[in-house]
Amino acid sequence: MKSGMRWSNALFLQLGVLAGVAMLAICVGATHVPVRVVGAALIGKAAGAAQTIVMDIRLPRVLLGIAIGGGLGLAGVLLQGMFRNPLVEPYTLGISGGAALGLCVCVTLKLANLLGAVAFPLCGFIGATGTAVLVYGVGARRGIMQIRDVVLVGVMVSFVCSSLVMLIMALARAEDLYGIVFWTMGSLDAPMPGLTAIALAVALGVLAVAYLLAVRLNALALGEDGALHLGVDVERTKRMLFVMAALLTGVCVSVAGIIGFVGLVVPHVARMLVGRDHRILLVSSFLCGSIFLIGCDILARTLVAPIELPIGVVTGIAGGALFVYLLRRT
Amino acid sequence: MMLELQHVSGGYPGGFSLAGIDLAVAKGELVGIVGPNGSGKTTLVRMASRALRPKTGSVHVDGQDIWRQKPAALALTLAVVNQTPDLTPMSVEDYVLLGRIPHYGRYQFLETTADRAVARWAMQLTECQAYRKQAMTEISGGERQLALMARALAQEPKLLLLDEPTSFLDIAHQVRLLDLIRRLNRELGLTVVMVMHDLNAASEYCGRLVLMHQGRIRRMGTPEEVMDYRVLEEVYETVLVVGRNEFTGKPIVFPVSEDLRKQSGAQV
Repeated sequence: MKSGMRWSNALFLQLGVLAGVAMLAICVGATHVPVRVVGAALIGKAAGAAQTIVMDIRLPRVLLGIAIGGGLGLAGVLLQGMFRNPLVEPYTLGISGGAALGLCVCVTLKLANLLGAVAFPLCGFIGATGTAVLVYGVGARRGIMQIRDVVLVGVMVSFVCSSLVMLIMALARAEDLYGIVFWTMGSLDAPMPGLTAIALAVALGVLAVAYLLAVRLNALALGEDGALHLGVDVERTKRMLFVMAALLTGVCVSVAGIIGFVGLVVPHVARMLVGRDHRILLVSSFLCGSIFLIGCDILARTLVAPIELPIGVVTGIAGGALFVYLLRRT
Repeated sequence: MMLELQHVSGGYPGGFSLAGIDLAVAKGELVGIVGPNGSGKTTLVRMASRALRPKTGSVHVDGQDIWRQKPAALALTLAVVNQTPDLTPMSVEDYVLLGRIPHYGRYQFLETTADRAVARWAMQLTECQAYRKQAMTEISGGERQLALMARALAQEPKLLLLDEPTSFLDIAHQVRLLDLIRRLNRELGLTVVMVMHDLNAASEYCGRLVLMHQGRIRRMGTPEEVMDYRVLEEVYETVLVVGRNEFTGKPIVFPVSEDLRKQSGAQV
């Protein structure tokens, strides 16, 4: 390891912090659960109410925080590495805008009455996939992804989707507005229990596949010609990175709504901690994303308790302040 | 042949293009590609290195059609130093180690002891060891050029393509780099094709020169054959005087200033 901390030290430190933040998130809330009770609940031996709070409410929320925070952090570092642009984030590509539009359509047309709770993530995912295909289709020519074009198309698609969301909100009935606003601010309350498992499986699965591309991402730091001359099939690598980032963003937004700034800020924090080598940076961004989101969820639940703030608001404020601080420092 | 371009034409959509390039470089040669700005030197390097696909014709490196090869296989034979490479704040040592990527196994993520030894050898050859811990973005232009060479050497290529390796370097650094290139060519048998702007340095160091003009090869041969003042004046569209280096006997070019042109009435 060359810059930042030694890789093993960094990993252990981040895993330790994640475990600590996760434990804190399970302990604190409207009802305080002591650590020893949490331990008992995890092995199924806590008293009735504590067992339910830990295993049915707070642990699933923490697991979803790990999946969504890790997934968005990973998507951010993949895109920033691929575009060689530190300001690109998962939402730049318009994928979250597409997901939000899908969710608005779902709420307005009351598709949940027809399909059940799965309608929300399903519509969000269809919207995210649709915009990803659109951005790729317009930004790529003859199978070659023009980096600048993809970013520009993504930004434009994002604006169009935001405008359509506002149009739907302007025309929506008052009872539908709450549902739309709730989704667009994000939440770690999974609409269905199975979705947490799906989000976690997708996030960890993409992390494993992305790791196979870590060396190629390092080569891409030398530009597309530079990477090609090191033997990297640049177009194939870019396509794979785009698909992985789109899948992660689509799943995260579909399950938890729009949670901003994680994908933008987390890779920068991870780079400061472990350096620019993607062989450690990918894992580090995943862990930092999980830590950041679970931390923000604790704030969202406790700052003005018993009212719970939308987590997207907390990540936006905390992430924005952190980003400005980091920019000033570097 | 180590590099063979046959009837290569093509270029950028709606822009500059090469026409009918035939060039064969034998193993162990040191060839310089010269020509005025916009004559197609860099386009030729990009086509020879698989960065730009020709419209017609073929490019072979070490007997293999580069467009029938995977980039990973080509990178084991060919290393390229670009004119304006993208740099990140990584250390010189990390940068040189990137040159080992083509040698990585399918599921190899970390460099081996052997990879580190090759990187060290490349840094020793190019005299980068002293500043190996410094960031690529914080070293001087001359040091950076040597680091780029070290990265290319770490690939252990048979053919080295260099696009203006001495640009931005002072005369001392130019000589240091060109001496190194000639040593690599002579001692390691490395085939080198380098784009150069400095005609005198090209004449001094290269066994053969290729003079490009408007996307075509205008003349090819020994420095004595190529550096004919009539051809150079036509290609560069300026008045030039060609003399001889009294120590090496190689042709050298002198520019003629506007004042002198007016005095002598010389015109292209």
